[in-house]
Amino acid sequence: MKFFSLGIIRGLIFGGIGATIAMGVTILVRAALGFTAWNPAMVTVIGTVVGILFYLVGLGAFNYWLGWAMDWPDTSPAKQPRWVRYFNFDTNHKTIGVQYMVTSLLVMAVAGIYKMIDRLETARPGLQFITPGTYDSLMSLHGIMMLGAVLIGISGLMNYLIPLMIGAKDMAFPRLNALSFWIIPAAVILLLISLPAGGFDTGWTAYPPLSVKAALGMQFMLLAFYIVGLSSILGGINFITTIFKMRAPGMRVFRMPVFVWVSLATALLQIIFTQFVGIAFLMVLLERLLGLGFFNPDTGKVLLFQHLFWFYSHPAVYIFVLPGLGVISEVLPVFSRKPLFGYKAVAISSLGIAGGGALVWGHHMFAAGMEGWLKIPFMITTLLVAVPTGIKIFSWLATMWMGKIQLQTPMLFAVTSIVAFLIGGITGVPQGIVPVDMYIHDTYWLVGHFHAVLFGGFLFPAMAAIYFWFPKLTGRLMNERLGKVHWGLMTAGFLVTYMPMFWMGLNGMRRRIVDYSPALGMETTNIVVTIGGYIIALAMLFFFINLVVSLRRGTAAPANPWRSKTMEWQVSSPPPEENFVATPRVVGSPYGYGIGGSVHVILSPEDKAGHNGGQR
Amino acid sequence: MKKHFLILAAIIVVISSGLVLLLLNVNYTPVKASEEAYLIDNLLTRLLIVAIPIFTLCMVAIIYSCIVFRRKRGDDEDGPPWRGHAPTEIVWTLIPLSIVLFFAIYGSAVLGDIMRTSPGGKELEVKVITSQWNWRFEYPEYNVTSSELRLPVNRPVMLHLYATDVIHAFWVPEFRVKQDAVPGLETMLRITPTRLGEYTAYCNQLCGMAHAYMTTAVKVVETSAFDQWVMEQRR
Repeated sequence: MKFFSLGIIRGLIFGGIGATIAMGVTILVRAALGFTAWNPAMVTVIGTVVGILFYLVGLGAFNYWLGWAMDWPDTSPAKQPRWVRYFNFDTNHKTIGVQYMVTSLLVMAVAGIYKMIDRLETARPGLQFITPGTYDSLMSLHGIMMLGAVLIGISGLMNYLIPLMIGAKDMAFPRLNALSFWIIPAAVILLLISLPAGGFDTGWTAYPPLSVKAALGMQFMLLAFYIVGLSSILGGINFITTIFKMRAPGMRVFRMPVFVWVSLATALLQIIFTQFVGIAFLMVLLERLLGLGFFNPDTGKVLLFQHLFWFYSHPAVYIFVLPGLGVISEVLPVFSRKPLFGYKAVAISSLGIAGGGALVWGHHMFAAGMEGWLKIPFMITTLLVAVPTGIKIFSWLATMWMGKIQLQTPMLFAVTSIVAFLIGGITGVPQGIVPVDMYIHDTYWLVGHFHAVLFGGFLFPAMAAIYFWFPKLTGRLMNERLGKVHWGLMTAGFLVTYMPMFWMGLNGMRRRIVDYSPALGMETTNIVVTIGGYIIALAMLFFFINLVVSLRRGTAAPANPWRSKTMEWQVSSPPPEENFVATPRVVGSPYGYGIGGSVHVILSPEDKAGHNGGQR
Repeated sequence: MKKHFLILAAIIVVISSGLVLLLLNVNYTPVKASEEAYLIDNLLTRLLIVAIPIFTLCMVAIIYSCIVFRRKRGDDEDGPPWRGHAPTEIVWTLIPLSIVLFFAIYGSAVLGDIMRTSPGGKELEVKVITSQWNWRFEYPEYNVTSSELRLPVNRPVMLHLYATDVIHAFWVPEFRVKQDAVPGLETMLRITPTRLGEYTAYCNQLCGMAHAYMTTAVKVVETSAFDQWVMEQRR
């Protein structure tokens, strides 16, 4: 009985039934109309779409309206134990935040394992134990699943933190919020199906005509990313509305923590640009299913896809990294005991990065055959993005300068983020300059560059965020010793894996190759890179062990273990169901360290940490 | 405060000049086999010379802060309450701005040099036809077709790239420049080989299963040897 009270179980069963019925009906209709009954492309797509709708019904996504129509008794989720709520359609932003973050870590682990298999293959020249097709599929899935995991991960952080930071009881649209999370598991399942369904050999970029010819696995990836994109748009709408309409009295825009600023910039990018990749993927899907020749050289334009794709996928890079830059800006002042240097510039530069990043998509296509003159304006806009990014980095350095620095795990990760992001940023500049890009485009230089950007802009900050906010989420501190081992291994692994790649790219190592000639002279470096990758995996193992150990036996955390001034730390750990009993009043800067009498927020007495007991 | 800045400046000057010297004395790119390679390597090296001090400054400042400004045990006071300093912030906005604008102009000039066609129309025209997973090189001037690319030294070449099925790309690391071959589109790439030798052309755009193996030989030979090769091919 308990088993079926879990929404996800009901959803999966319903989804499976719905998909089976839809596929059966499609086959019958096709047979009746005289087509080939078993057209795998058509049958699976219809099955997937219907299956997802059934899954949402089974899950209980529509129970609110069904209950209203049919007069069901009210079953408030707050009465259920917490672990049951995580598997149900729950509208509390903190539950949803945790759901997102856990899903993100799981997807990231799978994507990491895929790459570890590939990396073992490329450690030596020649084919060792997997075929080029499997290599390509694993490499492509590694890319798209990691990007999905990043989108899911930032949604988790933003969901959990924004309402707590701005003094709101929840997000603006809680049911929409739950929906935007609960379509994600469907996408994850589709991505997992993709590999047994034949995978795809296009890379995550899915350029046609290759993606039109690719195996059936391609379709599951296109559908999955379409769903992730939908979730991203719905989330963006929610974040923007929440930030605009739900701020506590006194929370003027220039009193918002930088994390809220970057969330706003991120959400704007999400709602403005995500539909372009959606439409591009839909067009590829329609070309595969119905033969509509959008990207066929005879009836359409091959390059059109790349414009649509990068029109989203470049701003997407800023969607991935801006929240991470926000996390760094939150962690540094707390552990340096100093105000964030140049707060206004850092806050506005987030919008600058977002706005500038919207105008640079062409730099992915310098070698693709676009108009020659068009390369110049794209080169200029690309290089200009370095300016607001530089402002952020310099402001962080100035925040640390002459501070009273405590190197606990969150701070170690935040500092490493700056280093990684700096490496990623500086190695990006040569790629922004067209003639140099003609040299290093699509080589290991590029691979090293964007991994450094994502380690510095997402993964290291995400780790900083987890170590930093874990006490708030769970009421327990994470184990500091395991955390430092995790940090040390991960930093070493990062450097060993990605630093050789810049040299490899310059010397002829192309990206996305299963095999390379021994004549290239890359045998030793490839072994080094593989070892580095496995060091990162080992570090992540320590991280997962730390999560489990700390969750079960971690030291109980006070409400504000890091002596932070921002609002989420002023309520108990974990925060109560609706965050605040009375509306908080914001009276000053969130970073007033060392400024005598500086107060960020005044809570009512019953909201003060420790008075409300909180709940596990 | 002043003392810290002086120490920091000294460390940065020492490390970055060391790194620049290393950069200038190490061959970090493959042999240069075309005019474009010289232009691009010069640009990249100058870019790295500017990048090294900036990178060093940030790294040294981070590591220095983490070591020197560590909190003393039991010190629960906050640090100095600096919320910002407008002149400093303007400086660190304007300096990167001028650097990137300089390199945008410099990069545009180099791009112009790479793309400019040579006067007098002495270019060797070669059609590069790419397919999954092979190369075909056609020399319309001589009515010759080959599966490997043979080029006379010091004569500008205009490659016209075509793809018959999916997107491919042409890249010879020693020539530096690369260009995609797109179905339904003619793309062009200009190269002036300057060094005799045998190189490898790679497909540099994921084109399916055998993408890793889509390579072919590129031979840069003396003009006389090239003429002789053309004669042999015609026979």
